[in-house]
Amino acid sequence: MDQAPSEAERQLQPASEEPLGRPDTELEAAVIEEAEGDLEEGSEDRTMTDNNFWLKKIEISVSEAEKRTGRNAMNMQETYTAYLIETRSVEHIDGQSVLTDSLWRRYSEFELLRNYLLVFYPHIVVPPLPEKRAEFVWHKLSADNMDPDFVERRRIGLENFLLRVASHPILCRDKIFYLFLTQEANWKETVNETGFQLKADSRLKALNATFRVKNPDKRFTELKHYSDELQSVISHLLRVRARVADRLYGVYKVHGNYGRVFSEWSAIEKEMGDGLQSAGHHMDVYASSIDDILEDEEHYADQLKEYLFYAEALRAVCRKHELMQYDLEMAAQDLASKKQQCEELATGTVRTFSLKGMTTKLFGQETPEQREARIKMLEEQISEGEQQLKSKNLEGREFIKNAWADIERFKEQKNHDLKEALISYAVMQISMCKKLLIFLDPDFVHSTL
Amino acid sequence: MEGELRASQPRCSGLPAGGADGESPGDSAPVSCSSGSSTLLQAEVLDLDEDEDDLEVFSKDASLMDMNSFSPMMPTSPLSMINQIKFEDEPDLKDLFITVDEPESHVTTIETFITYRIITKTSRSEFDSSEFEVRRRYQDFLWLKGRLEEAHPTLIIPPLPEKFIVKGMVERFNDDFIETRRKALHKFLNRIADHPTLTFNEDFKVFLTAQAWELSSHKKQGPGLFSRMGQTVRAVASSMRGVKNRPEEFMDMNNFIETFSQKINLIDKISQRIHKEERDYFEEMKEFGPIHILWSASEEDLVDSLKGVASCIDKCCKATERRMFGLSETLLPVVHEYVLYSEMLMGVMKRRDQIQADLDSKVEALTYKKADTDLLTEEIGKLEDKVECANNALKADWERWKQNMQNDIKSAFTDMAEENISYYEQCLATWESFLTSQTDFHLEENSEDNA
Repeated sequence: MDQAPSEAERQLQPASEEPLGRPDTELEAAVIEEAEGDLEEGSEDRTMTDNNFWLKKIEISVSEAEKRTGRNAMNMQETYTAYLIETRSVEHIDGQSVLTDSLWRRYSEFELLRNYLLVFYPHIVVPPLPEKRAEFVWHKLSADNMDPDFVERRRIGLENFLLRVASHPILCRDKIFYLFLTQEANWKETVNETGFQLKADSRLKALNATFRVKNPDKRFTELKHYSDELQSVISHLLRVRARVADRLYGVYKVHGNYGRVFSEWSAIEKEMGDGLQSAGHHMDVYASSIDDILEDEEHYADQLKEYLFYAEALRAVCRKHELMQYDLEMAAQDLASKKQQCEELATGTVRTFSLKGMTTKLFGQETPEQREARIKMLEEQISEGEQQLKSKNLEGREFIKNAWADIERFKEQKNHDLKEALISYAVMQISMCKKLLIFLDPDFVHSTL
Repeated sequence: MEGELRASQPRCSGLPAGGADGESPGDSAPVSCSSGSSTLLQAEVLDLDEDEDDLEVFSKDASLMDMNSFSPMMPTSPLSMINQIKFEDEPDLKDLFITVDEPESHVTTIETFITYRIITKTSRSEFDSSEFEVRRRYQDFLWLKGRLEEAHPTLIIPPLPEKFIVKGMVERFNDDFIETRRKALHKFLNRIADHPTLTFNEDFKVFLTAQAWELSSHKKQGPGLFSRMGQTVRAVASSMRGVKNRPEEFMDMNNFIETFSQKINLIDKISQRIHKEERDYFEEMKEFGPIHILWSASEEDLVDSLKGVASCIDKCCKATERRMFGLSETLLPVVHEYVLYSEMLMGVMKRRDQIQADLDSKVEALTYKKADTDLLTEEIGKLEDKVECANNALKADWERWKQNMQNDIKSAFTDMAEENISYYEQCLATWESFLTSQTDFHLEENSEDNA
């Protein structure tokens, strides 16, 4: 394989990262320092030592949603929804919470925050945002982003996202996240200044790496399969659930038609009149009971959806590993070929085809001085290459270690959350059955007491 | 069963005892208190009940029967009575038990048709035996109905199931269709058996007991096809005239019938729709449970919870199936029968109107024609009797029909409510036991962690 010189040149560039550890350590260190600096200016009792310091001392809520109009980048009028984020710090003297910050953000800013986190914390399973567009809708639900029910569910989803980030031991310390909660003006510029968009790995590069990587860590390969399965099964579940909800809605609502007919019929009946009226009323109440039931179920569906989107976050971490691994493999390959070139030059044997060898044949041998110079250059490159390989190796291993730590954390969170969700589904069903039994059968009340 | 009817009755009042063919037009003889033999039989055993029966049939005081509150939670109709016909009379007084079953397909060179086995058990003396088994086809039922209508034009004859269902059902011999028809035919015969007058109809007896060839020859004896057609034509032509002089109570009756017919048809549609929606829901639910099993294959730590949820969903699915079945056994056939009844009632009104129209036309003729006054007067006398009989018969039967209708509708909806209650109880139990298992497990896990 012919190694183009340009690649070597790229690798000759001084490594901008610290030899030890994560490419992002530098930035993180900066974050911590600056954050500490800010804190010293001083508000309350926020310490940096406690991993979950945010969650213990701070309460975050997305409390309101508001429709707004404004001009977009192309100077066209648009309507969007803004969400109010309130941060409260909890005084530990009397447990009262004081409002420390409140600002308005729109969905696109949340997206910006998340994309930033994805770039600077590639080893973390970054919490997902609620869906951009309503999916898995069924008959009654609207697919319109401006629909109040959809906005309400999105509000809850955004709050959940912020809480997840705030409770993550690493992500919670990020300065940009802190600024997201506290600095309304110019936050976008600040984020863009971090240059995260430039740092982001290109999709094409990532795709290439996925196909060509030879020895990815088996655990990541398994994780990728798992995340594919998770996505597929939850999608299927949500689709069927939506259809079931649709049908259930139909069953209940048709009962409502009895109401009117009974009441009209009661007009001509003497003895049965009252009975018919009350039966009609019964039917109406029964038909309307489905609305609350299905609203509760939507919240359950949202819980599942979060993990549907988490699958994508898992895949992102796997992709980063594959990219790093591929990079490492390419570097190793390059180093090996350089070593071989060096050896050939030194010993004079030409085992591999090289441009130099060709030109030598055509234009004559090079002088010993020229050869020496070349060997020396190669040796320098080799030594740098070895260093880089070592550091890449270390980086790679660090990444794997840290990523896997977060993945274990994620797994526990997922198992806990999904189990809770399934239990809450059962609780919902139970409460629905009880409600309806009380309604249908007054004796039931006595039997439960 | 004929309560008030003893020998010293005015000519026609209430429901005539139907020993012979009930009323024949122009018959001015007092209706005999026939079927006396059967009454005697009963009287020996259940003397006291005669009077109660009297009350039941003729003085339907609403308060006695607690009809005022139509609450779906009436305790009188437990699920165990789903497949029994609800008789107005005490079951003890029944002396004629009929079942319709075993549909069988017969193929001849000309046609294919279905026959049903009809088993009759009776203690009545006018029957030669105490048990009969015959096979009848739908045409035979049609014949019987026609005969009953002829004999008792203003009685409310029970409806027959339709010839075939127009919408959706192409195959006449579809299993569901045959079963639905069989149940309806069973009901038809039993309703006749319960009717104080119709039960003693001669054609009815022949229908239940005669062998195939006997029935054929008997059929040929009755009034021909042409006379029946003639009746229909006259009925249509003169019904308008009858309407003009319709007494007020029959105007009320007619209004009731019109509204009732509208409402019951709507209820029929709604009930069918509910059944369809429940079926669709059931189909989707069937798919929902297995997805959880599929998921459990990739989640080690969630296997119990996921399998538990899947199992609950499947159990609820089965409960839904049972509920659907219950609906189709109890509510749908009852409602549909009353849809047919409402059509029947319109026919009865027409026939009554026609009888009245005959009288009115003769009266009219009398005022214009001077000749044949005596003849006309005599005819008018007879017709007046006829009209009075017809009206009284209808009135009494109407009251009886209304009571039955209220009972039946109430029971049907009560049953539906009970099906729903049972469904929710089952689902509740399923989910509660799942929840217990999960939370117990939680506690176990926690105690392990703490230990």
